[in-house]
Amino acid sequence: MLDTFHNLMLGFSVALQPDVLMYAVIGCVIGTLVGMLPGLGPLAGISMLLPATFGMSPVIAIVLLAGVYYGAMYGGSTTSILMRIPGEAASVMTCIDGYAMTLNGRAGAALCIAAVGSFIAGTVSVVALMLLAPWLATFALRFGPPEYSALLCLGLLVLAYMSSGSIPKTLAMAVLGLFLGMIGIDSMSGYSRFSFGVTDLGDGLGIVPVAVGLFGVAEILLTAGQEFPPTVSKPKMRELLPTRQECRDSAMPIARGTVLGFLIGIIPGSAHIISSFVSYGVERRLSKHPERFGKGAVEGVAGPESANNSAACGAFVPMLALGLPSGPITAVMLAALMVHGVSPGPLMIQNQPELFWGFIASMYIGNVVLLILNLPLVGLFVNLLRVPYSYLYPLVIVFCLLGVYAVSQSVVDVWIMLVMGVLGYGLRKLDFEAAPIVLGMILAPILEQSLRQSLAMSSGSYAILVTRPISATLFAFTALLIVWSLASLFTKKKDWRKEVGLAEQPGE
Amino acid sequence: MAELRPGMRADQIAGLMISLAGAYAGWETLKLPLGSLDNPGPGYMPLILSVLLFALGLIVASAGGKSQPLADIRWPELRHAFAIFGTCVFAALAIEPLGYRLTVAVMLIFLVGVIEKKPPLAVILVSAGMAIGSYWLFATLLKVPLPPGLLGF
Repeated sequence: MLDTFHNLMLGFSVALQPDVLMYAVIGCVIGTLVGMLPGLGPLAGISMLLPATFGMSPVIAIVLLAGVYYGAMYGGSTTSILMRIPGEAASVMTCIDGYAMTLNGRAGAALCIAAVGSFIAGTVSVVALMLLAPWLATFALRFGPPEYSALLCLGLLVLAYMSSGSIPKTLAMAVLGLFLGMIGIDSMSGYSRFSFGVTDLGDGLGIVPVAVGLFGVAEILLTAGQEFPPTVSKPKMRELLPTRQECRDSAMPIARGTVLGFLIGIIPGSAHIISSFVSYGVERRLSKHPERFGKGAVEGVAGPESANNSAACGAFVPMLALGLPSGPITAVMLAALMVHGVSPGPLMIQNQPELFWGFIASMYIGNVVLLILNLPLVGLFVNLLRVPYSYLYPLVIVFCLLGVYAVSQSVVDVWIMLVMGVLGYGLRKLDFEAAPIVLGMILAPILEQSLRQSLAMSSGSYAILVTRPISATLFAFTALLIVWSLASLFTKKKDWRKEVGLAEQPGE
Repeated sequence: MAELRPGMRADQIAGLMISLAGAYAGWETLKLPLGSLDNPGPGYMPLILSVLLFALGLIVASAGGKSQPLADIRWPELRHAFAIFGTCVFAALAIEPLGYRLTVAVMLIFLVGVIEKKPPLAVILVSAGMAIGSYWLFATLLKVPLPPGLLGF
């Protein structure tokens, strides 16, 4: 414990350096803006900013990008509450009761509860990250290729099980993503796979063009032609204070959302999105008055908002401790670190303590900055939402183009972004989720390498995956999950996701 | 009730398309060496994935009988989507020969002026401001390499 305290002090000595502090604040401001703008989620924001971090030190780069990530988590709630437009996917559930509170004249209180919930969840989960990541990193030194294979299989199945869509559809998207991750030169044999003679595809499809295409461009293609532009109300300062009853009602949802979000965040998948769905479902299930949900229940804002911030923090645990991205966002951040020659993983915490602990300390500071940005300054940010969408979306498209081109100065990446944009548009129209594609693509090379290494280690026997204790345990969980999800097909009992309202859409 | 309506369902079409993609991927994979179990080749994992993709596509299609009818999907944004996509295609073709600033200016003039029919002054301010401002911010200040284009502009 004393070691942790000393390390944290080391972290604060890094994070409080004026330049690091300045970039943490800049990251939080950009993140808040990105989170508020429909069509620009944290992923698109981080992707666009990635090239700008190439000239920075690794500490500043990671602090800036992390600021954008959790800034977007805070910012996304503002548009959800005031306009019923989720600034980013994790805020979808906040739309339901957040906007209902706005209609009831409680917009200020909803914003306050969301900001305070996010702050508490963010701060508590940083403590958990601080305590858990070094322990997990030590434990992860026992992980070999079979354990990584088992962990990734479990992660992909959990993603399918926890998603709001159907399991086969989500799995199909994850497998499609895994296949897209196969494109490029095979690192073990040197064979060029599925690149059709295009030299730029030798390194495979980039995460940034795929993610910006599937999320940014697809969103613009879907929303730019909308007939009725959204309107926005601007809350006054004195309306920001919640009532005593609202504070009491939101205390437990914030606590539950924090724990739930952090636990879900650790598991590979689109954690921050899933966690808000699960939290909303749990709150409605536990409520003595579930009928209030959808009509302005403060618990429906407090729970999901805390959960998505906590999950954003939890997602850093596998990234920092195992070097495994738990989703597209952490994958882009991992890429940012690798550009600087830093390889996150079990040894990073030991070898580069100033980077790890500086990052942790910057998250404490970031949470305070975001609380200030999102409460007293919320009116200032709301003005941005008054820019008509007919001006906003052309600018967003330009930022998408800029961000994708700038990563590797390749027009091929721009074409990939466009193809993915059309694919994402089609998938959204047909009610498919795009997030598993990106996750599959990121995990594909790690999964393939660990599976091939496992088979080479065992002279071609798949038994190695189930005879080593850690991988056997992980595969047992995977099997249990498969049986559990199949059980709902053969029994009359409702699938748990439907029971907690996970399949519910905000339009209901 | 959606399930009483005749015609193809969204999931049925989507599932069949996924299966087709899986079949094509499998066919392409067969051109690669599969290797052996103790030394899997570059085609080993892609073959497993294409079989899985094919199978999952069939599952999605067969379970899609109660999904949304294809005819019920509305496309009110299609005109805008085509225009935006066309503008992006132009950007991909023009960014290197014309340069970043000119390409962005033309994109915004088309989107804000022609598609959104905004007043000329607003079109000029937005397109010139964004083209020059974003170039200054990213290329000059943040040293992100962006193509200057012909004549350095």
